[in-house]
Amino acid sequence: MKLIYLDNATTTALDPEVLEAMKPYFSEWYGVPTHEYGHSFGLKAREALEKSREVVARSIGAEPDEIIFTSGGTESNNLAIKGAALAGKDRSRIITSMIEHSSVLNVVRSLGTAGFQTSYLRVDGEGFVDLEELKEKIDDQTLLVSIQHANQEIGTIQDIEEIGRICREKGVLFHVDAVQSFTKVPIDVERMNIDLLSISAHKIHGPKGVGALYVREGVKLKPLIEGEHHEFGLRSGTENIPGIVGFAKAIEVADESHVEHMRRLRDRLIDGLLEIGDSRLNGPRGDRRLCNNVNVTFKYVEGESVLLHLDMRGIIVTTGSACFSKTLQPSHVILALGLKHEDAHGSVRFSLSKYNTMDEMNYTIRNVREVIEGLRAISPVGRR
Amino acid sequence: MSFYKNMYSPKLIELFRNPKNVGEMPDADVKVTEGSLACGDMITIFLKVDEETKRITDIKFLSYGCAANIATTSIMTELVKGKTLEEAKKLTFKEIVDALGGLPPVKMHCAVLSIDGLRSAIRKYEEERGIVEVPELDESFIRSRLRRIINPRLGRDIVSTGIIEKISVHEGIVEIDVNMPEDQEFAGYIKEEIRERLERLPNVKELKINFLGG
Repeated sequence: MKLIYLDNATTTALDPEVLEAMKPYFSEWYGVPTHEYGHSFGLKAREALEKSREVVARSIGAEPDEIIFTSGGTESNNLAIKGAALAGKDRSRIITSMIEHSSVLNVVRSLGTAGFQTSYLRVDGEGFVDLEELKEKIDDQTLLVSIQHANQEIGTIQDIEEIGRICREKGVLFHVDAVQSFTKVPIDVERMNIDLLSISAHKIHGPKGVGALYVREGVKLKPLIEGEHHEFGLRSGTENIPGIVGFAKAIEVADESHVEHMRRLRDRLIDGLLEIGDSRLNGPRGDRRLCNNVNVTFKYVEGESVLLHLDMRGIIVTTGSACFSKTLQPSHVILALGLKHEDAHGSVRFSLSKYNTMDEMNYTIRNVREVIEGLRAISPVGRR
Repeated sequence: MSFYKNMYSPKLIELFRNPKNVGEMPDADVKVTEGSLACGDMITIFLKVDEETKRITDIKFLSYGCAANIATTSIMTELVKGKTLEEAKKLTFKEIVDALGGLPPVKMHCAVLSIDGLRSAIRKYEEERGIVEVPELDESFIRSRLRRIINPRLGRDIVSTGIIEKISVHEGIVEIDVNMPEDQEFAGYIKEEIRERLERLPNVKELKINFLGG
């Protein structure tokens, strides 16, 4: 049975070119970076690290010494938010949105418990943050605004440039979780007035266990991991050189043509799935939706059953159903759209990559239809 | 807790793929629905009962839910078909779990729901035929209903795991103190389950659930 992997918002396949680029740093040049005047092993690693740092910086319009390598998106979000909160001397309010990734939401909640004031912005029916509410909520106690670029479940792309403008006008720090959008939507930290930005390698066909945080020059953070002052003293610990090299390679092989390819597949998949009936698209359409995200609620069925039936047919997806979550709670993103619990239980996310094909979309549409019809035939609700 | 304990058994997967006794029964003697769309699991049970022998001659179900919901309800129907109502009442969720070759703790509530569906169907049949009376609302009745809610962390019910601190019943107002911080990972789930079990009872006027600790 062929496998159709449609869970790329969770993680992606490693690009073979990326693997090749990493290999020498596992086996041949396994040294760790030293000073500019160290031994050859140390210098080789230093060169790889700094070259990679330049690649990452260039991809978002930053300077190399504004890039901190981390273990991934979760650590970057933790360092940005906790680091800014703990370094911010007299301000105590943190503003975020209701649909952030849990590595933002749980950090903000935790700071709330520790005495910080927190606000969670509402979103509209398509997942867009209410900019008027943002302007109202920013007061003279506000330290930081943290808003994601694109949503992990429904693919909504926020107007980051406008939010950045508001934050700059009001004089507050602006953090963007760009883990889902990186290399898929252009990012320019200058034009968008971004102070802190989280990205991750394994979402873009790079290796797991490596990410980065952009920290605008002059922005003060308290490090979470202290030690030998690696990464400008903001993130100690021996650098993951093979991972960092792989991250940079993944950025270099990313191409605008992949985005257009995914967009075509996405629109075909949306149209085909909505033809199944009693279904709704969650999130916006068109350019304001991430090129690789499809999220559809099928009424009268529960997502875990859909997921397992599709898995048996070689199609890998995920769901916002409570039955599939570790905490038995339905997707907080779907609920924040103003939808009902059952809309979350019946929601299925298909997230694409450059490796998917149009044939796979058509195969998926056929199989989803069969699975949904089969489950509706045994459902106590929606019977005709 | 091992990885394998948290996986679905081969038997469960087989019944998920090919459930037994599934479908509608237009000429059923009794039909009940348990669970809710909001909770993400809901079953409808149809029974045909022999008036003389009180034997379940036929049983069918419909399911809106996860693989565990479908499989536990399917095996429940197989276990009670041909049994008398008295025999069927004695079936426990543990027997269902054993018959499936185990169930992850976080899915134990599915086995409980299938038993709930069965018992509700039997009770409705008996009430409609005047065999039993509707019970009085008191602490022990509330406690018996709470015993059907599984603490997902431990895979056992919330009464026996000791998190129900206090139950008070006064003129239809039911107040329950749960010894658990409100931000505990399963607090939201347990709150919804308590509401689901008690709020719809005809003699419950108001339900208050308090989470203690933090």
